[in-house]
Amino acid sequence: MSATRAEVCAVACAEAFRGDGEILAAGIGGAITVLGARLARLTFEPDLITHDGVCLLTGDVPALGGTPKEVDGWLPFRDHLWLVLNGRRHVMLGAGQIDRHGNSNISCIGDWTRPKAQLLGSRGAPGNTRCNTTSYWIPKHSPRVFVDRVDMVSGVGWDRGAHEIRVVVTDLAVLDFATPDRRMRLRSVHPGVSVADVVGRTGFDLVIDNEVPETRRPTGEELRIIREVLDPGGLRDREVGA
Amino acid sequence: MKKVMSIEQVVGSMGSGMTIGIGGWGSRRKPMALVRAICRSGLTDLTVVSYGGADVGLLCAYGKVRRLFAPFVTLDSIPLEPHFRSARQSGSVEFVEYDEGMFMFGLLAAAHGLPFLPTYAGLGSDVLRVNPGLRTVRSPYGGEELVAVPPLTMDVALVHLNRADHRGNGQYLGPDPYFDDLYCKAADRAYVSCERLVGTGELLKEGPVQSLLVSRAHVTGVVEAPNGAHPTTCEPDAERDEAFQRLYARSAAEPAEWALFRDRFLSGDEGAYQAAVRRWHEEDSR
Repeated sequence: MSATRAEVCAVACAEAFRGDGEILAAGIGGAITVLGARLARLTFEPDLITHDGVCLLTGDVPALGGTPKEVDGWLPFRDHLWLVLNGRRHVMLGAGQIDRHGNSNISCIGDWTRPKAQLLGSRGAPGNTRCNTTSYWIPKHSPRVFVDRVDMVSGVGWDRGAHEIRVVVTDLAVLDFATPDRRMRLRSVHPGVSVADVVGRTGFDLVIDNEVPETRRPTGEELRIIREVLDPGGLRDREVGA
Repeated sequence: MKKVMSIEQVVGSMGSGMTIGIGGWGSRRKPMALVRAICRSGLTDLTVVSYGGADVGLLCAYGKVRRLFAPFVTLDSIPLEPHFRSARQSGSVEFVEYDEGMFMFGLLAAAHGLPFLPTYAGLGSDVLRVNPGLRTVRSPYGGEELVAVPPLTMDVALVHLNRADHRGNGQYLGPDPYFDDLYCKAADRAYVSCERLVGTGELLKEGPVQSLLVSRAHVTGVVEAPNGAHPTTCEPDAERDEAFQRLYARSAAEPAEWALFRDRFLSGDEGAYQAAVRRWHEEDSR
């Protein structure tokens, strides 16, 4: 079976949670992040805790948009905000801008005092990044997102006291910070993508090793789970083009 | 004490320049009937404290907001709030931008009469740069630096709950209390609107004792406002009206469309609003 780009991305997001154990895998940066967390739980990370996107921790692992048959916990917003401080949580966020140290912006584009484009506001990004392991999902890798300097630091990067920025998964590649000074490194390129493609769509210099491997391809079992169990409606294809 | 009031009486008790806290979260269980009444009133120059959604958007559209304390403004199923965006991009509203955990600590500090609560949330981020008034403290035990979140005190809190009694006890029947109890405790005066006013003895027939979220000790007035959170969620009484919210967002993005929307839905009182929404759905389904 050959995997689509969206499926490669979903598996790369799942991989972000490898080794996390019994903590909340909070995919809140789009459908692919939710898919990744649930896929990890159904395959190599069975102790992960996943939620329904509202306030239930689910005993089973429903499809995207589905209702759980079992509930194993209650996490209203007030407890979710406390859990951020508690720390047993790995969050996968989105970002309008991100820099080489993993500082991210979801607040606004342009000067904060009178922005060109107001976005969400900082939401929980400051506390999430300071207290929890954080990864990012960027569905369209572009120099508008990967910038030299973010306009507003909503989420803090490695140079500003982040707890851990683990990986950045995009539609082209997986990036990490496995460098001595915690600058962003190209960890792998997705099948069919070249290193030059990624470099051309990144607005700062990435750390690039001599050999950049290809992102792991989904296994047959992973594809079956994605297609038949978790996302039969194909929500993943709305976030990533073919 | 008689606490049952009309929407107009609640809004009539408020004054321009006040700080108003609005319960709910994003596009969930917002006291929209009271918000719509503020839009119809002469109130102006308000400071609004909110996990913001259509409440903030609508108040911005009517030019009611001088200053906003919020960690975000969103319609949830529609990520960005068009009126809030316009207000920020035109510079018409002063924004005090918090992290959402910091915001909760501000509510907790205000609800409990504390001068601040310490948290790590916000450290290292530009939330501290754009809020030069926020201070940090050092722990007297280990010396760590923490943000000292000041209390989010408010003159008036407005929340919408599923049930309330005439004494002002408020009950939520949905999955999340949000922070409505904290808003009521943080405010000098709190007003609860509800889907249905019931006798005190009826409250526990629909939910467990833990669903009694707001105590009459903190409530000044209570209003029956069926479907009063529309178009935001008020489970289990009402889901979010997604079709109407889409119409709202589409209209808000275009001045001519917005004039039509205002004229059709917001030119009369709450009863006229609810009737206009019903008519719109009837036409929409034909």
